Amino acid sequence: MCSRYLRISLVGPLWIVTLLALGGCQREKRQFQSSPVTESGPMQVRTTDLQAGQTTPLQPDARRALYENNAYNLSEGKRLYQWFNCVGCHAHGGGDSGPPLIDSAWRYGGEIEQIYATIQQGRPNGMPAFGGKIPEQQIWQIAGYVRSISGNLSRSASPGRNDEMQTSPPEQLMEKQPPVTSSPAATEGTQK
Amino acid sequence: MTPFEHSVLDVAGVQNAYIHTMWTVLLGICALMYVLVLGFLLWALLRARRTPDPVRPAESTGVESALYAWIGLVIVGLFGITITSYAVDRAIFAAGQKSGLALEVTSQQWWWDIKYQNDDPSQSFHTANEIHLPVNVPVTISLRSPDVIHSFWVPNLHGKQDLIPGRDTDIHLRPTRTGVFRGQCAEFCGAQHANMAVYVFVESQQDFDRWRAGQLQAATAPTGSTAAQGRDSFMTSACPLCHTIRGTDAAGVTGPDLTHVASRASLAAGALDYNRGNLAAWIADPQGIKPGNHMPTVGLSPQDLQSIAAYLDGLK
Repeated sequence: MCSRYLRISLVGPLWIVTLLALGGCQREKRQFQSSPVTESGPMQVRTTDLQAGQTTPLQPDARRALYENNAYNLSEGKRLYQWFNCVGCHAHGGGDSGPPLIDSAWRYGGEIEQIYATIQQGRPNGMPAFGGKIPEQQIWQIAGYVRSISGNLSRSASPGRNDEMQTSPPEQLMEKQPPVTSSPAATEGTQK
Repeated sequence: MTPFEHSVLDVAGVQNAYIHTMWTVLLGICALMYVLVLGFLLWALLRARRTPDPVRPAESTGVESALYAWIGLVIVGLFGITITSYAVDRAIFAAGQKSGLALEVTSQQWWWDIKYQNDDPSQSFHTANEIHLPVNVPVTISLRSPDVIHSFWVPNLHGKQDLIPGRDTDIHLRPTRTGVFRGQCAEFCGAQHANMAVYVFVESQQDFDRWRAGQLQAATAPTGSTAAQGRDSFMTSACPLCHTIRGTDAAGVTGPDLTHVASRASLAAGALDYNRGNLAAWIADPQGIKPGNHMPTVGLSPQDLQSIAAYLDGLK
């Protein structure tokens, strides 16, 4: 009797720990090749709440989870953010000649679909269009990382610390700041 | 791919010659001791078969003096190894004091960026995964890593030297004979660690000067309409965001310099031999050939793919 209880009390937690550990595998799942090979993205995305009549909600894209909750895609996005010189205008999130990405204010929407569209199509006053320049899968990865700068990411997928010195705090320590879409006119000139 | 050598024992550099001496001494001493130990063991086994003689006293077997001799032999052997090691270390250090050529090698996941340094900026240039060296000229290679720890190892020329992020290291070589020597990253650095080779071409001074003069040139203009079409496709797609072709608008620095890509012997750090077919295959499906590497699959039309391959194949 005693050994049976002992066995149950040991095996039970072991199973739970194993299942939890296996659950963590999703975090690191690496999809090197986008599927289909030429990935696409949302082409027409609402970027503002200003709309005549009733507001139509944003249609979430099916790939949202893949690019927001996966540690590999987020770290690749972080790498590409450096490589493609997003830092040149947006700094490490604090903003420079481009708007800051570390806060909750978004001129053209802060959902991943909207950020994808912004990178792909470009926006007035300086944001270049990278569509046809950066492959679509990489735009998704960058969009996922850009959201993580303001803490909008799955905690289980976020990197704990930076390998090198960086001016912004690690994504895991960022306070989550849900996006607030404001019109460019409203954001222009406001000092936050 | 031209035939290459990849062996510690086929000495092709001054430094490796010293290391080879050390290796030979170590092997000789250890082999001698090994044979002696086995010999004594055999002798003991054979001797034990004899029936013990109750009259003969035990102390006259000579075991004690044999033990003293053994201790002496161990001391002499260890001193031999220590002195050789010290002398070899000094000799390697002294050999690295002179330098006739300066290179800067940056290891990336998973390829090597090679920069030929010169005080005159117009005389320095980048290439990738391929080092050309003149024979009998001492060379200093500064090693740098922006991502993880790698290790530079060309076994025919020298031992290993780690590349550590945030710390500059260097290695000194002096090749003593011509040939093609394969090098390999010798510190596990991620998914494609195995596909991270570097080829060292040791040539005569004349051949090296000719190669260097060729590499210093800007990229050749495309000949033929397909190649010209390819250049336009290259410049308007994702390629120039990461790659440089000197003499054109392409000036990205995160991928290998492609100015003279068609003059190299291999592609993707030794993953493929260089030829136009492999080049097109690599552009079409880099993740199938080397999964996890940082070259993305770019959605190119078949016409664009073929014309870009034709353009790059002209960059000798």
